[in-house]
Amino acid sequence: MARIIVITSGKGGVGKTTTSAALAMGLAQKGHRTAVIDFDVGLRNLDLIMGCERRVVYDFVNVINEEANLNQALIRDKRCDNLFVLPASQTRDKDALTKEGVGKVLDDLSQTFEFIVCDSPAGIEHGANMAMYYADDAVVVTNPEVSSVRDSDRMLGILASKSRRAETNAEPIREYLLLTRYSPERVAGGEMLSVEDVQEILSLELLGVIPESKAVLNASNAGVPVILDRDTDAGQAYLDMVARYLGEQVPHRFLEVQKKGFFSRLFGG
Amino acid sequence: MGLLDYFRTTRPKGSASIARERLQILVAHDHSQRHRPSYLPKLQKEILDVIRKYVEVDMSAVSVNYEQEGTQEILELNIVLPEAARTRA
Repeated sequence: MARIIVITSGKGGVGKTTTSAALAMGLAQKGHRTAVIDFDVGLRNLDLIMGCERRVVYDFVNVINEEANLNQALIRDKRCDNLFVLPASQTRDKDALTKEGVGKVLDDLSQTFEFIVCDSPAGIEHGANMAMYYADDAVVVTNPEVSSVRDSDRMLGILASKSRRAETNAEPIREYLLLTRYSPERVAGGEMLSVEDVQEILSLELLGVIPESKAVLNASNAGVPVILDRDTDAGQAYLDMVARYLGEQVPHRFLEVQKKGFFSRLFGG
Repeated sequence: MGLLDYFRTTRPKGSASIARERLQILVAHDHSQRHRPSYLPKLQKEILDVIRKYVEVDMSAVSVNYEQEGTQEILELNIVLPEAARTRA
């Protein structure tokens, strides 16, 4: 049986797809057979972030409608043999994601995969509900900013009431907080919510803090999951996140302001 | 923060603390709403309709409050009658 992980947030633009790509690649590189599914029907983006947009032939909706089988639609990553991408459809009606259809695809994937990462669309509508419905674990991606924190809290309410685990009174979904676009300098200056602030408001287990980083845009420009840029702060923060998800004890990094030289200390900046 | 900043007399208080306070209030409010039964708005409207058969009251006259304390659920109904109605009775 595979573990199903939903990457969710409510708010758009906080880093769900970046996180989905990084988590899936990180798990696969640790030797776990992993599939990552784009639930954003109509606006697919995961294939771009993963760098496989030109290899898409069939998609998630084709599989649900039985116009293609899973093996035809899954795209094997060229950098990692354990990683497969199931892209979203670009043109179809979003109601094409039926609860039964999604359940069947996840069941089929569960036979041969260890982890299934579901990249949720923004919002709290049908696509987002389908992405989280079957989840075992949820990573709530949040920016240290008021609207993102509030949306994350609303998403937690939905996870606790409208998922399969909630409806069948099973053990609740394990929920984790991933704080992204974090700027220790701005936190030190009192102009950004701190990790502790966000954690206190959402009361969630902290899976990781990803610093605001140029590496994220560079990686998406190139179609390379940022976790592969091991020399960068964001890449390393995602590596830590994956290790923590797998149960390793890894201290949080990138929470403090980087030390500066004498002159920048004296004159600020 | 540079060393010279410490000599500046008025350092602006950060906006993060305002954000934290606003969020704490908002989230607490959202949570209190979350576990309310879905029939409350309809219940409120129907009670209001019944009262309006006898007394002319406005929309805000009936408030329905729901609270959960441990295993106990408390449904509190508050109906405010206008001054004139009281004298008639």
